[in-house]
Amino acid sequence: MSASKGWSIARRLTLFLAAMVAILALVSWYMVTSFAREAAGRTQDNILAASATSIAETLRSEGGDIRLELPYAAFSMLGALSEDRVFYRIAAGDEILTGYDDLTGPEVASGEPAFATLPYRGVTVRAVSLQRTILSDGAAVPVTVTLAQTRDGVTAIAAGLSRQAAVLSGLIFVLAVGIAAFAVRASLRPLNTMAQHLATRGPSDLRPLRRQGPPELIPLVRSLNRLMERLGGSLRRSEDFIAEAAHRVRTPLAVVRTQAEIALHSVEGEGPRQSLRRVIRAVDESSRSASQLLDHAMVSFRADDLARAPVDLPTLAETVAEALRPTAQMKDIDIVLDLDPAQAEGDEILIQNALRNVLDNAIKYSPAETEVTVKVRAVEDAAHVVVGDEGPGFGDGSAAHLTERFRRGDQVGGIVGSGLGLTIAEEALRAHGGRLELNGNEGGAGACVSLILPAA
Amino acid sequence: MCFVDFTGGMRAVWSVLLAGLMAPMLAGVAWAQGFEIEDRRAYPGTGADILRVISTADLDVFEPFLLRFQAANPEVGIDYTTASSAELERAIRGGAEFDLALSSAMDLQFSLANDGYAQANTSAVTQALPDWARWNDRLFAFTAEPAVVVINEARFEGLELPRNRAELVTLLRDHPDRFAGRVGTYDLRASGLGYLFATQEARSSDAYWRLTEVMGRLDAQLYCCSAQMIDDVASGALALAYNVLGSYAEGRLGADDGLAILPLEDFANVMLRTALIPATAERVEEAGLMLDALLSEGMGNGTTPVLPPLQARGEAAAAAFGPIRLGPALMVYLDRLNRESFLEAWDAAMEQ
Repeated sequence: MSASKGWSIARRLTLFLAAMVAILALVSWYMVTSFAREAAGRTQDNILAASATSIAETLRSEGGDIRLELPYAAFSMLGALSEDRVFYRIAAGDEILTGYDDLTGPEVASGEPAFATLPYRGVTVRAVSLQRTILSDGAAVPVTVTLAQTRDGVTAIAAGLSRQAAVLSGLIFVLAVGIAAFAVRASLRPLNTMAQHLATRGPSDLRPLRRQGPPELIPLVRSLNRLMERLGGSLRRSEDFIAEAAHRVRTPLAVVRTQAEIALHSVEGEGPRQSLRRVIRAVDESSRSASQLLDHAMVSFRADDLARAPVDLPTLAETVAEALRPTAQMKDIDIVLDLDPAQAEGDEILIQNALRNVLDNAIKYSPAETEVTVKVRAVEDAAHVVVGDEGPGFGDGSAAHLTERFRRGDQVGGIVGSGLGLTIAEEALRAHGGRLELNGNEGGAGACVSLILPAA
Repeated sequence: MCFVDFTGGMRAVWSVLLAGLMAPMLAGVAWAQGFEIEDRRAYPGTGADILRVISTADLDVFEPFLLRFQAANPEVGIDYTTASSAELERAIRGGAEFDLALSSAMDLQFSLANDGYAQANTSAVTQALPDWARWNDRLFAFTAEPAVVVINEARFEGLELPRNRAELVTLLRDHPDRFAGRVGTYDLRASGLGYLFATQEARSSDAYWRLTEVMGRLDAQLYCCSAQMIDDVASGALALAYNVLGSYAEGRLGADDGLAILPLEDFANVMLRTALIPATAERVEEAGLMLDALLSEGMGNGTTPVLPPLQARGEAAAAAFGPIRLGPALMVYLDRLNRESFLEAWDAAMEQ
């Protein structure tokens, strides 16, 4: 069935049903045709027999001669149904009394009429022979009445009925195929409805299917529900794993950092101190990278099932700025807030995450004793959160590739980084139907990153 | 011997001479094939094709039709032969070469068609014929002609005219002096048409036998042909002629004073003049053309027909009697045994 590989169930079923109906229509047409032929033939036989009988009834013996009169009715009944040619022969023993000498009928014994289809004068005729015994001069003489008629009428009647049957079979075929197509479509509707229902579901809507379908679909629904249950379970487990991993990685790192700082304060000599500072910096970087990896995982996860709640961007920006201020102060960087009222709709945690990563990047790549600005603006139907710094900027190359995972710009210099920050921001924004724009700063050095969100 | 319905057979002898002048070869063939012709005339066309027609209809009556046909189809030449219906049947059965056979003897024509001497022919015109006017696409009726009673009005003076056969029987029986020797009818042995009318009438009504007995007692005169009967009624030799071909009688009403058709209300036999294309025909296409022209006239399309069209049957059918049916029943009285016994009964009735 390679040809039908791509055929829909509806089409395949309809074609099968149509083929079946076609076969049935042909069979019924053939049967009607043969019945019609048989019935018409029998009608002719009956008329022939009646006619021959009425001729035989007139046979009598008169003074030693066998006499008869062809009854008018006998022949007029033969002409009643059709315009067929008629031949007859009446013979007493071997002597022909009247009729067509060369006509030969079927062999007949006394009593029952005998029928035969035979050629006569270049045409096919249906012939009946009937025998009646007449007592003539004390001797029993068998008299045979043979009557033959051409078959044009029978053929015409059978052909007419056959044509009607053909038309009827055709109509039944068309009707049955129509009904079959409708029935197939109606039967497959629950399946289509279910498919549509599943297709319109949210990406993480793993509730079991509740719709009642036909019994045939119940196993499928059950299997789907079980699959979704398992999928839901595994998603929950990976969520738990993320939380667990975040906790387990960050806590020991925090301990290492604290211990390193204590050690820094207690050791003497520039060599060991330098080493410890490097340790602290590496731990910070690891902690940050772990956070970012977890952030990225969380963003990917949460973006699949985005919450939709109003988010007040100035408040959010303020919160993020406050959280990062200690880090900034370490490099004597001042975070300047310039906040207009603006609202977006979405997952507050994700947006926070995005902004934190962008702001973190800005702080990280800015030289000491500079300013990082965070602006919130409502622009037409979008809300912009713009983070500007006085750092080296993104260089001359295209900025677009910087949002790729683990990709870092060419101006990073000696700064350690994972290359995940902008990816996280980009994914979070895209989940909200927004985007991330990377520009050089207006009028001078530095980078300018805009988080653009659709306004609520 | 004379089986002609239209004119006397006295022309048979000199018509052969005439035919001999026009087509000596063919006339010889006709004789050789053993049938007797009465008249023959050729109508050469512009083409080489000659359509050979054999017919019982007399040239006097039929010529206008032939001329009209030739005006419409100038390329077709016509060789027109007249013969009695029995001779015509004998000719076709004997395989004589004709392309179209027109006869007033519908029973003989039917037996020819039934026995395979006619070929099937269909055209738009034959399809337009009513069912009763065609049989098996082999036999086609182009006229409907009733049998009528023709009387000499002078001979019936002072008598109330009978309105049906029973009254006619009574009238004839009550006035033997007036009608003795002055009643004429067909000699059934000599006239195929007379035999057809008689058998059909005997089938329809027992009045026929009573009438035959009365005519036998009145010493009825027997004729071969309608024309002679009408001649004798017109001259006053006969008071009444029974079962005369109506189409012919009507043609004479204007010409002869005192001649009248006696309208009988009980029934009238209507004969159909029929055409067939013999199986041996060679100019089938031209024969089909002439057949179509004949049938068109018969159905009353266009010109005044030379013979009563099929619609004339409408008037006859007003008495609720249709034309004699074209069908196998026509063969019943042609059967040798039936013919013998019918003629025996007729003889017995006539010779009382």
